[in-house]
Amino acid sequence: MQTTRAGNSVPPNATSPLWTVMQLCYETRSVAEIAAHMGVPPGVVKVLVADLLNEGLVVVHATLGEDTSLAERRDLIERVLIGLRAQ
Amino acid sequence: MDYAHNNRAPQNRITSAKIVVAGGFGAGKTTFVGATSEIVPLRTEAPMTSASVGVDDLHATPDKVSTTVAMDFGRLTLAEDLVLYVFGTPGQHRFWFMWDDIVRGAIAAVVLVDTRRLADSFSAIDYFESRDIPFLVAINKFNGIQQHAPDDVREALALPPDTVVITCDARSPQSAKEVLIAASQYALTKLDRRPMPARPAGAHGYV
Repeated sequence: MQTTRAGNSVPPNATSPLWTVMQLCYETRSVAEIAAHMGVPPGVVKVLVADLLNEGLVVVHATLGEDTSLAERRDLIERVLIGLRAQ
Repeated sequence: MDYAHNNRAPQNRITSAKIVVAGGFGAGKTTFVGATSEIVPLRTEAPMTSASVGVDDLHATPDKVSTTVAMDFGRLTLAEDLVLYVFGTPGQHRFWFMWDDIVRGAIAAVVLVDTRRLADSFSAIDYFESRDIPFLVAINKFNGIQQHAPDDVREALALPPDTVVITCDARSPQSAKEVLIAASQYALTKLDRRPMPARPAGAHGYV
C-alpha cells in the first residue's frame, strides 16, 4: 500500500499508529513489512490500514488474489522472471 | 502527477509478488531469504497462546504462557513497478494456518531440503500441494557437499514425476536467485499446462 497525497498532508502525530503507518507507506510497502517495522502482528496492521483506507489516506495496490485472471497471473510471473534475470 | 498515478494504481498492474520458502527446522530458510534480499531480512511475529497448550513442551518455562511464531522475509526490487517479497515460513508447520494470509497469492514456493533430515520436508510439501501452489524442491548443499542426488530425493519424498528438484547453496545470492527463477519458471509452466484459475488458497478452513 502507499500513502496518498491526502495522507501525506496529515499533521505529524508520532503517538498515533495510524500516522506511523502513513510514514512507512511513503514508499510502497506490504502489510508484512509494516508489521515488522512496527513490531506488531500483521492482523493489527490490517485493521490500521482498513481505517486509513476508509479515510482515503492510503491506497492499496492490486495483488495476486482469487479474482486475478489467468492473463494477469501469467503477466506477473513473466515480469518477475524478467526482473530476476536482469538482476 | 504522482497523485494521479497513486489513485490509478488499484485498478492497474500488480506491483508486488511473493515467493514462499519453506522447509524443516534448520534447512536454511533464513539464510536463503537473506541471500535473496536487498535489505536486511525483516521479521514478523504472531502471538501464539492457547493453541500450543499440551503441544509445546513448556515445562522448562512454566511461567511462559505464550510464545511467538516468526516469519522472516526479504525484499527485492525487480522493476520500478514491481517488488518481489521472499517469505521464509516458520519452522513449526502446525502453526502455518496463521500464515495462510501471507502465503495466499504467492506465485510460487520453494521447499528447501536438508538431505540429512528429509522427513522434515513432508509437511511443507503437503501444505503447498493442498493449497495448489506451484512449488519446487531445492536441496541445500551444506558446506558445498551434496549428499544425495535429486532423483533419490524425489523418490524418497514420493514426489510426482513432474516436480522439479534442484540443488542450491542457500548462502549464495546467485544460487538463491537461480532457485527463484526456476520456481517462477515452473509456476509459469504449470499455468500453461493446466489453464484454470488457482483455487482460493486456504480460504475456507484449514487442512
